[in-house]
Amino acid sequence: MDDPKKGMTLIVKTITRLTVGLILLFGIYIVSHGHVSPGGGFAGGVIISLSFIHIMLAFGEEAAFKKVNQGIASLFESFGAILFITIAAIGMGSGYFFLNFLRKGEPFKLFSSGLIPLYNIAISFKVASGLFMIVILLMLLKIPKKGEKQ
Amino acid sequence: MLELQILLVFMIIGALIAVKTKDLLSSVIALGTVGLALSLAFLVLKSPDLAIAQLVVEILCVIILIRATIRKDLPFSTSGRWFVNTLIVLVFIGVFLTFGYFCMKDLPRFGEPEMRIAQTFLSMGLKETGATNLVTSVVLDYRAYDTLGEATILFTAVIAVLAVMRRVGRKK
Repeated sequence: MDDPKKGMTLIVKTITRLTVGLILLFGIYIVSHGHVSPGGGFAGGVIISLSFIHIMLAFGEEAAFKKVNQGIASLFESFGAILFITIAAIGMGSGYFFLNFLRKGEPFKLFSSGLIPLYNIAISFKVASGLFMIVILLMLLKIPKKGEKQ
Repeated sequence: MLELQILLVFMIIGALIAVKTKDLLSSVIALGTVGLALSLAFLVLKSPDLAIAQLVVEILCVIILIRATIRKDLPFSTSGRWFVNTLIVLVFIGVFLTFGYFCMKDLPRFGEPEMRIAQTFLSMGLKETGATNLVTSVVLDYRAYDTLGEATILFTAVIAVLAVMRRVGRKK
């Protein structure tokens, strides 16, 4: 991770090392409190994926791929999609698709409003890995010039 | 549902061109036409929220991201035909402003929204869903099918980028 030739300068790397964990934690906070305060799965997922993109920009591509590679991102994206549909389909057991069958709990508490936090988590998996995968694909694409071999 | 079938055929043709063509710019433009046709199909199926999300994600994000990231390969002509280009731009601005004027007249006045279904969400949302954030309760409980559609749009966008940026099968 500390190869001085890859990525940006020492200042950027130091600041990134300090802040990237906080960015990831903030994304998880936004996702898990989506039903209590503004935010939710989409916004939190984007913040989580930005923390990995941050590592990729500052330390070079290899450092980011040691943490998350394309296979893991693809796995998490499919997992998020299947989790979302599965939670929605469980509601069919006691009624209809997307039925919120859990107890609603007290308002303003973290464990409230039934299935909505679980939906938020599933969406955050999907958005975070999907966005990260798009950025990976677009950054890795190097088109060989004419007469040059890849 | 004839218009839907026409749109579906159009989308299939566009997707085939996007996969089979050798020029990257043509591929990206064909991908954009598929996204536009899908957006119109959502509109035909009476889901305007999804149509807007599809328009933003597929056309704007994917096309502009691809265009911005791989600027080396794509030709970009600024010289020649400036008169025709300026004329087309002016005509489209005029058409847009005209339609915008007539649309704005039908909207409710600013600050006086028509609270028909939104009033129900506001008054019953906390009791029925238990979520304090009303936006989340609408997005993930009352209109959860829209969220499912938006997640599908993101999935399609990833698949589209994978299909255009693939390594297998590209001619060197």
